[in-house]
Amino acid sequence: MSKIAEPWVRRLLGLMAAFSVAVTVLMFGFMVTLGLPLITEGTFFNMFTGPWQPGQGAYGIAPMIVGTAVIAGLGMAVSFPVSLGCAALISVLGRGWLPILLHRLVRFMTGIPTVVYGFAGIFLLVPLVREWAGRGSGLCILSAGLLLAVLIAPTMILFFTDSFATVPRSYLQAADALGASPVQKLIHVFIPCAWPGLVNGVVLAMGRAVGDTLIALMIAGNATAMPGALTEPARTLTAHIALVVAADFDSLEFRTLFACGIILYLCTTLMVVLTRGIGALRERRP
Amino acid sequence: MSQRNRWFDWAMALVILVATGFSPAMADDLAPFAGQAGRVAISGGTAHIPVMKEAAKQIMQRYPDIQVTVAGGGSGVGIKQVGEGLVEIGNSGRKPTDEEIAKYGLTMFKWAVDGVGVVVNPKNPVTELTKAQTKAIFAGQIGNWKALGGPDKTINLYTRDEASGTRAVFWKKAIEKGAISSSANVVVSNGAMKSAVAGDPYGIGYVSVGHIDASVTPVALDGVTPTLETVKSGAYPVSRGLYSNTKGEPTGLTRIFIDFLFSPTGQAIAAEKGFVAVK
Repeated sequence: MSKIAEPWVRRLLGLMAAFSVAVTVLMFGFMVTLGLPLITEGTFFNMFTGPWQPGQGAYGIAPMIVGTAVIAGLGMAVSFPVSLGCAALISVLGRGWLPILLHRLVRFMTGIPTVVYGFAGIFLLVPLVREWAGRGSGLCILSAGLLLAVLIAPTMILFFTDSFATVPRSYLQAADALGASPVQKLIHVFIPCAWPGLVNGVVLAMGRAVGDTLIALMIAGNATAMPGALTEPARTLTAHIALVVAADFDSLEFRTLFACGIILYLCTTLMVVLTRGIGALRERRP
Repeated sequence: MSQRNRWFDWAMALVILVATGFSPAMADDLAPFAGQAGRVAISGGTAHIPVMKEAAKQIMQRYPDIQVTVAGGGSGVGIKQVGEGLVEIGNSGRKPTDEEIAKYGLTMFKWAVDGVGVVVNPKNPVTELTKAQTKAIFAGQIGNWKALGGPDKTINLYTRDEASGTRAVFWKKAIEKGAISSSANVVVSNGAMKSAVAGDPYGIGYVSVGHIDASVTPVALDGVTPTLETVKSGAYPVSRGLYSNTKGEPTGLTRIFIDFLFSPTGQAIAAEKGFVAVK
């Protein structure tokens, strides 16, 4: 890089960075501005308590908040152990061609469009869940959670294997010298050393689980009632936005979507802050 | 590429053969499109889609310079989008309200009459309901098929989103503005409703009569089965007009398209897709 070009390139890159910051901030500003009438009219807090009955003027989004939390939580609960096991097999425990095949497969899975998972889920998973559960339509929290687990697993597995790869060789050699078995190495060396990376992966996967729209829209049934069991249908915030936007452009119903947007935005922000916090913790490590 | 062209040629040849050889009178209905070019965007009511698609196919096969795009979204979306100038034709499965007509200056064209029928899975032995039972089912008061003479299984309700004209008509005429349980599954189109019920042995939903086929069983309401004939004769009460709306008076290609819907060919398509033609 010539010395003349350098300041210009710096400026250009700075401009691009400023642009992406501006977009993010503007988006939040946009949602708050458009959601502001809700707060000033005093309907903002009613939204977190009542049911969703737009016909009767009740615009509660509490069932959707619960739906989002439960579906994303279930997805995480199923996906985390599977992903950790898969990553351990790829990085530590696997022998021969298995880890390579598995790693390639996982990387391939990240590229599959969500709608393909949703589509396969409707024809394969939903009828199964309906038969197993013995009640309900199969379009329920359980189906959506399971499918979401499949969707977010590759994100986590790749993060986990990456962070396992950063474990210093010398630690592993020390463990070997002590005669540690692969499983002992996993539990006593890999996981303790790589945990900030593991948490990072979990947080990012959680973000993806909360933000996913299509799986919920296709599989969760979209009922607006407060879900009471895993076999009952539920609606997530993202699916709710998709459904109402498709129907409406200017009404109080439509306005409440900005509250949904703000909640999702804050969720993501919280997760990013969490990730950063963990990153900072890691740097402070001796 | 050449393969596709060959197929296209065959398809064209077939269309021309059908158009000229078998029904010379009907072929003329497409004549007003001659020399036209441009795009007609259509959105809204999902009940209309089979007819719109067939019409679009016939037009575009003969006049490749004309692009007709068909999207769904529901009646509410059709009315809003045409009102805001996003599409040329906004379909609705209900009459636009006076407020909507005034706000957007809509011109309405009712080109067919349709019924909205309750449907269940073909495996379900329940094929007759009274209006009162239907109301209670959709309100969530009857929750098991056993109470209706079916298997001892929970009833899975399916309903449409708020933008649906099918829902509006069903709600007004079949369940007389009764409640629809909030634990009902929500699907976004007539097609999705049909596949949901076709795939769920214990499901119940409602769908445009034009969409009813062998994959779902229509349920008789107070003894009247929803079919083309009963809707036509007026015996089946849950019926509605299928409207295509334009902002102001339609002109150019949009006008020709609307006229085509009212031509013998257009009306034949409507009848073939399970609706009652208006002419």
